[in-house]
Amino acid sequence: MDQELAKLVRRRWRIGAVLTAVMVAAYFGFIMLVAFAKSTAGAELGERVSLGIILGAAVIVLAPVLTAIYARWANRHYDPEIARARERAEKRS
Amino acid sequence: MSAPAAGAPAVPPPPPSTGLGHPNTTAIIAFVGFAAITLAITYWAARRTRTSSEFFAAGGKVSALQNGFALAGDYMSAASFLGIAGLVATSGFDGLIYSVGWLVGWPVITFLIAEPLRNLGKYTFADVVAFRLRQRPVRIAASVTTLTVVTFYLIAQMVGAGDLVHLMFGLSYDIALLIVGGVMLVYVLFGGMIATTWVQIIKAGLLLGGATILAVLVLAKFDFNPLALFAAAGDRYPGALAPGKLVANPLEAISLGIALMFGTAGLPHILMRFYTVKDATTARRSVAYATSLIGWFYLVTFILGFGASVLVGRAAIGAVGGNGNMAAPLLAEVLGGTAFLGFISAVAFATILAVVAGLTLSGAGALAHDLWNHVVRHGKITEREQLTVARVATVALAIVAIGLGELFHGQNVAFMVGLAFSIAASANFPALLLSMTWKRFTTHGAVASMATGAASSVILIVLSPTVWVDLLHHAKPVIDLKNPGVISVPLAFVVAIVVSLARPEPESERGFAEAQHRMHVGSNVAP
Repeated sequence: MDQELAKLVRRRWRIGAVLTAVMVAAYFGFIMLVAFAKSTAGAELGERVSLGIILGAAVIVLAPVLTAIYARWANRHYDPEIARARERAEKRS
Repeated sequence: MSAPAAGAPAVPPPPPSTGLGHPNTTAIIAFVGFAAITLAITYWAARRTRTSSEFFAAGGKVSALQNGFALAGDYMSAASFLGIAGLVATSGFDGLIYSVGWLVGWPVITFLIAEPLRNLGKYTFADVVAFRLRQRPVRIAASVTTLTVVTFYLIAQMVGAGDLVHLMFGLSYDIALLIVGGVMLVYVLFGGMIATTWVQIIKAGLLLGGATILAVLVLAKFDFNPLALFAAAGDRYPGALAPGKLVANPLEAISLGIALMFGTAGLPHILMRFYTVKDATTARRSVAYATSLIGWFYLVTFILGFGASVLVGRAAIGAVGGNGNMAAPLLAEVLGGTAFLGFISAVAFATILAVVAGLTLSGAGALAHDLWNHVVRHGKITEREQLTVARVATVALAIVAIGLGELFHGQNVAFMVGLAFSIAASANFPALLLSMTWKRFTTHGAVASMATGAASSVILIVLSPTVWVDLLHHAKPVIDLKNPGVISVPLAFVVAIVVSLARPEPESERGFAEAQHRMHVGSNVAP
């Protein structure tokens, strides 16, 4: 594995770890709110909808949004870099 | 299930006479239609299933969109459709905790698992864990955990299938088991992964379509304003919009969350699907499609659950039995008549059938590929033999599935899906993640981690209120925690790390660079 590829691989794991951490924080934040601050989660806003329902829907929407962010980065930057690494490896062998 | 609180508006109208439980023409036509189309596809697929790669991985020819639907189809079980809609209808907000939880594991698969898995493995997730470790011990451990997850998941699906079909179609429990086991066997035995993939795609389309139509019909009663629906639910059942009893214990909620989030990334039948696409880029695109489809589905369950509580009523849902599971079918009947009830019932039946087929195929992968090929025959197996063993394993699993359905008839098996997720999160996820990311991971570490994860999950569940009190009728649980994830998942990681550090494995460290190269660049190229 050459230096450039090693750098790219580390970058991918780092981005994956950060995005995973965001998802974990959002979901467990939601769970903690529901568990520890029931009255806040049950607070009704405006036209009778609770904060908990809005946040639950927001966590669901966040999942495909984070996935799209990752896919965009991977399609634009990661895949072309990997293609170059593959060419370099083919030349060496 | 909680009864409406005091001061609730007048008792809801008596349960409408329902067509549930009577042979329903639409249901029969819809189900027979589904069976006819899927069996015709199986006939077509059978002629394209000549190698083990075609049997287990559809020859790697599935497109990103197809695999996205198939992943969604494999994942959205009847438990999530009927169970969550029922839970939201009868318990309000508490049910939504599940809606959210069932989705959040998917980004984890995207960010950490899908692409390296596709590049490093062939048919099972054990291919990845065993890549730079000693094959036999790792494969034995991984097949035991795979078969354990598959068994608990199958029990829940088969017992659910028997009860559901009995409730919906009026057929006897045993006949229902034989239909599910028999049709599933035909799909997998003859059509392998190609037929199973198409069954999942069709089922996902029907389930998403049916649920969406149902949600639109609900919203039409509220001027297409979800807020008006929530307001009506909150008016009729005060407290329905706020957290209730389900999360009385915060540790319990966190523990459940851990199992749902990391268990998804350790489910063998889901992981297997990533081998059906041609490369890592396609795997990434397919999981992105799947996340959107599944997210859409769980948002729709919000509408269905609250819609059923307002339009059908908790009393009417409780009156037909099935622990609230009939909320969505009853809602379909109220809004679309007997014909729509029949359609939704057929979709629920098809859903179980498809999930059972996916589980059986992944069990056959563990038996034929991991155990027979790599453990018994040291990886030196002929193509012909592997395919034969795969088919024998499929027949054996179908018989076991029907047998388990009989054995657990009448038992409360709802906790078994949760147990399957706990084992997947504790036994499979830590070993899989560490094998991809940690240079000093060893064979002993992997085996000890998988064994600890599986054993601690099962033992903690047995000692929990779910089994110790509810099934074994002791007065007090040994451990007052229904979901073991908060203990078993960290424990599996600690065991993996401590055992690996205690006894280093130089071959594994030397193989890490090659594994990293293949994980990212793909095979066929020297590092």
